[in-house]
Amino acid sequence: MNVTVSVNGHEHSRDVEPRMLLVHFLRDELGLTGTHWGCDTSNCGICAVLMDGAPVKSCTVLAATAAGHEIGTVEGLEVDGVLDPVQQGFSEMHGLQCGFCTPGMMLTARALLDRRAGGPALTDQEIREAISGQICRCTGYASIVRSIRWAAEHCNQELPG
Amino acid sequence: MQVPAPFEYERATSVDHALELLTLLGPEARLLAGGHSLLPMMKLRLASPQYVIDIDDLAAELGYIDAREGEVRIGAMTRHRELLESELLAAALPIFRDAERVIADPLVRNRGTIGGALCQADPAEDLSAVCAAVDARLLIRGPDGERLVEMRDFYRGPYATAVGAEEMLLEIRVVIEPGSGSAYQKVERRVGDWAVVAAGASVKLAGGTIERGRIALAAVGAEVTSAEAQEALAGQRPSDRLFAHAAQLAAAGCSPVTDQRGTAAYKRHVAAVLTERALRRAVTRALSEPPR
Ligand SMILES: Cc1cc2nc3c(=O)[nH]c(=O)nc-3n(C[C@H](O)[C@H](O)[C@H](O)COP(=O)(O)OP(=O)(O)OC[C@H]3O[C@@H](n4cnc5c(N)ncnc54)[C@H](O)[C@@H]3O)c2cc1C
Ligand code: FES
Ligand code: FES
Repeated sequence: MNVTVSVNGHEHSRDVEPRMLLVHFLRDELGLTGTHWGCDTSNCGICAVLMDGAPVKSCTVLAATAAGHEIGTVEGLEVDGVLDPVQQGFSEMHGLQCGFCTPGMMLTARALLDRRAGGPALTDQEIREAISGQICRCTGYASIVRSIRWAAEHCNQELPG
Repeated sequence: MQVPAPFEYERATSVDHALELLTLLGPEARLLAGGHSLLPMMKLRLASPQYVIDIDDLAAELGYIDAREGEVRIGAMTRHRELLESELLAAALPIFRDAERVIADPLVRNRGTIGGALCQADPAEDLSAVCAAVDARLLIRGPDGERLVEMRDFYRGPYATAVGAEEMLLEIRVVIEPGSGSAYQKVERRVGDWAVVAAGASVKLAGGTIERGRIALAAVGAEVTSAEAQEALAGQRPSDRLFAHAAQLAAAGCSPVTDQRGTAAYKRHVAAVLTERALRRAVTRALSEPPR
């Protein structure tokens, strides 16, 4: 069947089987391998992408279902060579070790910051809850929380290009 | 790599369209709501429907939480996250927020729906216990029209419900009365996991006594409610002793099995402790009468 999915603001049409999962559509059809793929059982959250701005597990969404929704992947965070504050935060605060969980963590962070824009300062508890569906195999949670907090604190400031 | 077996895909654009497709395609067709029970099962080949009818587009039509005519009405496509964040529910039926805080994780909650959860009827499913504890009624529509089913008649044992092959669950209704309170307690092995045991309770107080008490357990066997425990509560003044007594009856009446989440004896013990806590909290809430 023909499936058209909008990813990072661009529409992509492909002829795929109805059973194709969004994670494989992104990686194998579009070559967007920034979306990682892990447990395959809907448990680890490594495959997180944004669906209409909210993080979801792309191994548990059909590509066909994603048609009609706006999908955001890690490739969409950087704009014109400028890193998103979240990416900057992960770089500044050593938010990644092997990097396997990082794309999903950063997208969840982006969604959290968007949701909380203009609100009171984010607490570490809120950050921990937001990422609670995602496993970091390197168990670097403390630095991930610090990275997201860094991004929250620097969100509205000029960033080095 | 786990992928579902091949199937044909249809996308329903309205409730009527979904029902037409169910009738047209027959018993080999399955509705796909949030997909967070069905797709994992299809990936493991525990389910291999010939046709999948995606009802994702019904999220607007069936995604709502309203208070009308003394009832809270929840559309079947309302997602876990909406149930968690609803201030209306938190005030009128706090048991929902209690449960949603500990159902799965934020990512699953962004997709999974109450309709899918109830129709999946997993024995450890939390919203089935929540709905049983508040005497929910379920609105089902099929080719022959609509019917309202009580929660106790809806759940037909593990993975089976009163929804027929050509039918669909549309709405969950709960009567709201003054002097009522509800609560949910769950023990899980790690964040986001299914319950080892969970207990939901609701009470309606009148003149300082419990007019009606409801208890529902999750993950401890098919019989989720305890008639004896509920009878023991009726007409009594709330007290710690009463809660403990009802909790013992509920725990005695359940049928847990030993598995990787714990032994049957442990689960029965936890069932009593959680029931007692849920009852105490439900009564406290009923007495404090939050503004509606
Ligand atoms: C990692 C993980 C952890 C989880 N943890 C928990 C937990 O702790 N507690 C808990 O309770 N649940 C848990 N769940 C289950 C989760 O809540 C599911 O989202 C939910 O049970 C199913 O909802 P869905 O919309 O995804 O349903 P789907 O998977 O789309 O559908 C489930 C079934 O219901 C049928 N169906 C769906 N909608 C309707 C309708 N309107 N009318 C008739 N039939 C319908 C489908 O045909 C299918 O058979 C977990 C799931 C995952 C993946
Ligand atoms: S790969 Fe999707 S949740 Fe693990
Ligand atoms: S950095 Fe290795 S999995 Fe998180």
